[in-house]
Amino acid sequence: MLSFILRRLLIAIPTILLISVFVFTLQKLLPGDPILAMAGEERDPATIEFLREKYRLNDPIPVQYVTWVGNALTGDLGISLRTNQPVLELIGQKLPVTIQLATMAMIFALVIGIPAGILSAIRKGTLTDYVANVVALSGLSIPNFWLGIMLILLVSVKWQLLPASGYVPFGEDPLRSIQVMLMPAFVLGTALAATLMRHTRSAMLSVLTSDYVRTARAKGLSERRVILRHAFRNALTPIVTLSALLFGELIAGAVLTEQIFTVPGFGKLIVDAVFTRDYAVVQGIVLVTAVGFIIMNLLADVAYVLLNPRLRGQ
Amino acid sequence: MPQAATPTTIDAESANDPVLDRKPENRVWKKFRGHRSAMLGGILVTFFVAMALLAPVLPIPDPAATDWAAVRQAPSSTHLLGTDEIGRDVLSRMVWGAQASLLAGVVSVVIAVLMGVPLGIAAGYFGGWTDAVISRCTEALLAAPFLILAIALAAFLGPSLTNAMIAIGISATPLFVRLTRGQVLSVAAEDYVDSARVIGLPTRKILARYILPNILPPVLVQATLTIATAIIAEASLSFLGLGQQPPAPSWGSMLNTAKNFLNQAPWMALWPGVAIFLVVLGFNLLGDGLRDALDPREQ
Repeated sequence: MLSFILRRLLIAIPTILLISVFVFTLQKLLPGDPILAMAGEERDPATIEFLREKYRLNDPIPVQYVTWVGNALTGDLGISLRTNQPVLELIGQKLPVTIQLATMAMIFALVIGIPAGILSAIRKGTLTDYVANVVALSGLSIPNFWLGIMLILLVSVKWQLLPASGYVPFGEDPLRSIQVMLMPAFVLGTALAATLMRHTRSAMLSVLTSDYVRTARAKGLSERRVILRHAFRNALTPIVTLSALLFGELIAGAVLTEQIFTVPGFGKLIVDAVFTRDYAVVQGIVLVTAVGFIIMNLLADVAYVLLNPRLRGQ
Repeated sequence: MPQAATPTTIDAESANDPVLDRKPENRVWKKFRGHRSAMLGGILVTFFVAMALLAPVLPIPDPAATDWAAVRQAPSSTHLLGTDEIGRDVLSRMVWGAQASLLAGVVSVVIAVLMGVPLGIAAGYFGGWTDAVISRCTEALLAAPFLILAIALAAFLGPSLTNAMIAIGISATPLFVRLTRGQVLSVAAEDYVDSARVIGLPTRKILARYILPNILPPVLVQATLTIATAIIAEASLSFLGLGQQPPAPSWGSMLNTAKNFLNQAPWMALWPGVAIFLVVLGFNLLGDGLRDALDPREQ
């Protein structure tokens, strides 16, 4: 297992390097000279030269890249122009908020998606299956920012059941924190629930026709035991790996959800950074998200091997 | 002695018998026609495409015309879907907004297909270093979540509908590279491709005559489903202010404005969202139906 993890880590290195090239290239796409913007209206040649030296912009591009990667490896992703804080520190402050939102969204997705998928598979071709499929496809087709707006309109404005925006740290008041996050988490979890439902249904359908399920039924086991103990346990492997892979969707979905519900997380950070032209933060977020996604991919692979006894010994 | 069947009898039989109906396009069309949800998807997509194309000739007000006497008016016989914060007709903006959404969906997918398919073919057919370089680049781009990548690209390229389409197109390219590569690997291992190589057919001809036609069906399905994703992505970028710029109408930017007037004018938020939902649902249903119709295992 250790050699498997090491091998996967080695494969991840060139991917991470390529991501760093891509993220570095992003700043070169910027129209105009960023130093001229930083130098202010007077554009004093001495200031411009000083800034060019400071940011090593007089170096050839490959040298600039190597310097940038070297800094990134030591955790230096630059300084935010807006807050004057190190980018990594800023990301570190916002990440727990998004992790709480993503965890709650994932709980919603699992609680809705998996039972719906199982039910749809065991009642294939019935009205339940049809309804579950229609709901899942609708969940995938609803833009989550619109769903958020509609929920605010109904739940917060009309019925005044939950707050429309804001954030309370979990450590400060756990109950209030969960209450404030309920709507954003539901909105973020909807599309994931739909994806999970479709995958659970398809995984269940494939195991329900297998020999061991037929044997379990032939032994006279109750249908409940056949479904939960034999079929679902085996269908769980692809579902667990998929859940890890949904990390990317969670982070991307959080951008819009946090924007609508004014949740001060990772997603709102990138949008604010885009509008204040805080490019170091945008680059930092893309890099951190991509590396996070690679780590989740790795964990998904490890989980897949651990959950599948046939692969464990190999 | 049994009488030989006349050609007319065979035709009549083959029209109903899937075994005798050998033409693949007929089989696919028949299967697609029988797929009720796919037909619903087709109707939804056709409706929105017609709406976008006919926008200039429909009897609706100018989508940019403001009317300060009719600010945030509820739906009425004059303004069927109400007016917005500066008195513009919501229905008119929704109809014109369909152009931006569909254009963004189609153009960004065309960009992704035009870049992704040739790269995927090169990776799958030539293998070796070509494959290694293309595959690693694809993995790197896939590691950044679709919307984050599109936001970052749109931010660096500058906010506009064209740049949003480029950003979405680039972000969707890895999907097509990976899909095409996989398809090419399986098609290239077929006997007929080997035979074409053995008789000395040039690579260009093998790719054009044998590989490309056989990988197109899954690419077509993926393209249809990606249009749905691209429409949501464009709406998301416009919602964030990184897509279509005001005063040009777009469903995403309409929602962005509407969220500030939820209490006073909820209709401003309702209809653009319904439109996005229906058109995306249409493309998803169409894509699912195409996948089933084109899947040989389902014949």
